Amino acid sequence: MRARVLIRPKAGILDPQGQAVERALPALGFDGVRNVHIGRLVELDVEDPGQLPAMCEQLLANPLVEDFQIQRPDADEPSQNAGPDDPRR
Amino acid sequence: MSRHAELGLTDGEYGRIVELIGREPNEVELAMFSLMWSEHCGYKHSRKLLKTLPTEGPRVVMGPGENAGAVDVGGGLACAFKVESHNHPSAVEPFQGAATGVGGILRDVFAVGARPIAVLDSLRFGEPGESARSRYLLEHAVAGIGHYGNSIGVATVGGEIYFESAYEQNCLVNAMCLGLIETEKLIRSAAAGIGNVVVLLGARTGRDGIGGASVLASAELGDADSAKRPTVQIGDPFEEAKLLECSLELLDRGLLVALQDLGAAGLTSSSAEMAAKGGVGLDLDVSRVPLREAGMEPFEIMISESQERMLCVVEPERVQAVLDVCERWEVNATAFGVVTDSGRLRVLVGDRVAGDLPVPALVDECPVYDLALAPPATPLYPAPTRVLDAGGDPGATLLALLGSANLASRRPVFEQYDCLVGSRTARRPEQADAAVLMLDRDGSARRPALAVSIDGNGRRVACDPYRGAVEAVLECSANLACVGAEPLGLTNCLNFGNPEKPHIAWQLSRAVAGIGDACRALGVPVVGGNVSLYNEGGGGPILPTPVVGMVGELPDAGRAGRLGFAQAGDTVALTAASGWAPSLTGSELAKLRGEPPEGELPAADLGELRAVHAAIRQAVRSGALRSAHDVAEGGLAVALAECCVAGEIGAEVTIPGGEPALFGEGPGAFVVSGPRDAFAAFGSAVTVIGTAGGDALRIDGALSVHVAELAGVHAGGLAALLG
Amino acid sequence: MRFGVIQFPGSCDERDALAAASLVGDAVLLWHRDHDLQGADAVIVPGGFSYGDYLRAGALARFSPIMVEVERFARHGGLVLGICNGFQVLCEAGLLPGALLPNTSLRFVCRQVLLDVVNADTKWTGACEPGDRLSIPAKHQTGRYWAPDPVLDELEVGGQVVLRYATGNGFNGSARDIAGVSNAAGNVVGLMPHPEHAVDPLTGSADGLRLFASAALVAA
Repeated sequence: MRARVLIRPKAGILDPQGQAVERALPALGFDGVRNVHIGRLVELDVEDPGQLPAMCEQLLANPLVEDFQIQRPDADEPSQNAGPDDPRR
Repeated sequence: MSRHAELGLTDGEYGRIVELIGREPNEVELAMFSLMWSEHCGYKHSRKLLKTLPTEGPRVVMGPGENAGAVDVGGGLACAFKVESHNHPSAVEPFQGAATGVGGILRDVFAVGARPIAVLDSLRFGEPGESARSRYLLEHAVAGIGHYGNSIGVATVGGEIYFESAYEQNCLVNAMCLGLIETEKLIRSAAAGIGNVVVLLGARTGRDGIGGASVLASAELGDADSAKRPTVQIGDPFEEAKLLECSLELLDRGLLVALQDLGAAGLTSSSAEMAAKGGVGLDLDVSRVPLREAGMEPFEIMISESQERMLCVVEPERVQAVLDVCERWEVNATAFGVVTDSGRLRVLVGDRVAGDLPVPALVDECPVYDLALAPPATPLYPAPTRVLDAGGDPGATLLALLGSANLASRRPVFEQYDCLVGSRTARRPEQADAAVLMLDRDGSARRPALAVSIDGNGRRVACDPYRGAVEAVLECSANLACVGAEPLGLTNCLNFGNPEKPHIAWQLSRAVAGIGDACRALGVPVVGGNVSLYNEGGGGPILPTPVVGMVGELPDAGRAGRLGFAQAGDTVALTAASGWAPSLTGSELAKLRGEPPEGELPAADLGELRAVHAAIRQAVRSGALRSAHDVAEGGLAVALAECCVAGEIGAEVTIPGGEPALFGEGPGAFVVSGPRDAFAAFGSAVTVIGTAGGDALRIDGALSVHVAELAGVHAGGLAALLG
Repeated sequence: MRFGVIQFPGSCDERDALAAASLVGDAVLLWHRDHDLQGADAVIVPGGFSYGDYLRAGALARFSPIMVEVERFARHGGLVLGICNGFQVLCEAGLLPGALLPNTSLRFVCRQVLLDVVNADTKWTGACEPGDRLSIPAKHQTGRYWAPDPVLDELEVGGQVVLRYATGNGFNGSARDIAGVSNAAGNVVGLMPHPEHAVDPLTGSADGLRLFASAALVAA
């Protein structure tokens, strides 16, 4: 099955990429944008989705500085090991 | 519009194709002709001119015509080098355009078996103060060069950046590379050996750059160009790093008969040129080419410009060994063709013949045109925006020049480049007038080295294409002299507008004549180069811009020259040719004052200048001088300011004459410094003008500016414009 | 004294490290796919862009077969030096604390910097004195050292901060201007600047030689 992992910088760590984008948007005429963070998306077909958390911990994310959120598009709810500000459905 | 016209071929060219092959070409064949006969690949409008350049000399070991030229640098070693343009792709997508420009020139150098040791870049954009687009192009082109060069681990040691409104729609990105190889191991690209196997190495083939050579490089850019974005090639320096090591190991083990890199026009041009040079035929089965995208047509596979690929010819009994080396380096390798004696390039899909052309038709029979020449009847270039009024205070004028886009420190740019990898760099950017790269130790206490500089000229060539081009060559030689290097060879990139217009053809032919005469007079052979034409759009042509890259040798890097004043109390002197006649025509000051690039440039006495360069070189090598810096853009006052800023020390000097003496430009003058007794031996060619020391640059009767202020303006000029 | 310098696909400065180490002892290249440290007394994980910096700098290299040996060697007290990308690999492997993040400016910067030696007792700084100032070039885009504050406090107290950028010399936003750290035992050191590019006055400075000389002192 197809899974998607979103990897975000941990809250509280300086995110200069996010800041650079947040500064650039008003210059293009887009106002009222705050709290921009830049992360990474990993998409993969997996046979055993139970292995995804371990894959994230060991390789896909660096748990010291990143949070990850696992999404399974065909499941009802996304499973996640993510930080406090992530949306829950 | 006819099929062939859409691909950039004229009716006359199409007719000639039909004549040559005895029938109408099919889709695959027409695509192949459209690229091989494009200006970028075929040099239709420039080939006759290029034949007038001097290409021979006692140190030349590989002249024009191969992937790169090479000169003997002693100790059984050769230095292979070349410059190439990637102008049109960079205007469309500057990060990838500049990155793949670097990737392409690296491949040209390791395709002859040389390990790349350095990269330099010559960039030209519109006015950053006036154009957000030009700031964008600069920022992203620099990021792309840094990304590719840094990742692959080849030092970027020098370059130049200039801004003129004439480059607004047509930026210039010229990339130069040099590499080292044992002379006897230089490999050529001629395919040979009937029955030998053709192997494709490197990245998978996708749809990158399809139509690139014909669509982008051979046509003027217009408003619809954002639609061309998908055709820009995407580079992967990690793939190239593996390909480089793999290729060099294959060559080291003697496993290859021939090697060629895939660049513009991809498989088509590489295979056609390999076959043409070898006088053989090639059968290529494109169904075996590893693809990145499904469902690619044979013509797409043949013209794809996917990066990081090489073509090689291997004896059948060595193919397995080649595959084994490639596997170790994790580089794809696919045997997909064979060398034949048919003299034809055949594109096969399994057993089916999809294209079958005589090799000479694609390569040697490419039309070559005579140019219709006429000097421009009316001025071609509008006057630049005036930012400085005439007759200003010399101190304020100096600060305005030092902080201007063309003269301010390039540190914000060159710090984005790794200039150190390889451990050869004895002179980094802004330490001297040329980069200095050490060769391997020779067992003596001396550290033999190479020096390299890249210099171009747009505005002065617009004033006078012949004299301006001569000056570009002289500038390179002067820069090498200032570090103590003697020129060994030259590569050039000719960036011009549409050669079908007589005034552009005139610029091109006069510039080539200037380069040729300067090279002959200085005894520097041209070992290769590149031409980029059709650099014009709705706003008019670019300034005619020949870019010259020169490699030289110096016996001891321990004595390589520096440009900064060194010690308080040192004598400061001016070494100038008797014919040195600085004038404001075509100068940076004239530009800031809003004057168009017009007017007469001084004639250069090439014989005398050769002698002056030699004198500077010898003085630097002797160790007698503490600094040497050539007087170029901005004139003598700017050169002195640069020496003060680099040395973090002031100077007090006397310069007779008014503005032309202070800010006038023209070849043939150098600012040198050293202990007083060093100058006794020089004689009348040297005029002592003052002494280094103090905290300000004082030019008697003209200006007095603190070094800290000069440094601040110089350091901040480019950053202020880029924001 | 034998140094082993690892070579990953995409390493750039391994030959420079080899040449620098050769000034002080014997030096060999160690191929990433091998399981053999070839009798090295000290291992150097060099600078560059191993695996193209894909996913995260050092994230893929840290799983190379050779790193299994390096980890075992390090846990038994073997000398290991991680330079730039090598530092990133060692942090990813958990052999050193913390992580390297993108420079605050988001730009690659190549510049000569002054480093203060904070701890001269590690195996790689034994030839230095505390307070020594070393002129060494740094060249990277992802060199901002970070660890949670409690960890940083522990590192300071425990003497694991080995090198700091001198005032005004840091450019990447590293926490507490940290340029190099060690493990608790002091046999594994990582730093972002490149000592292998500071072994010859003709290329700018010879201060970097002291790190290699320090390792040779240990083996002696």
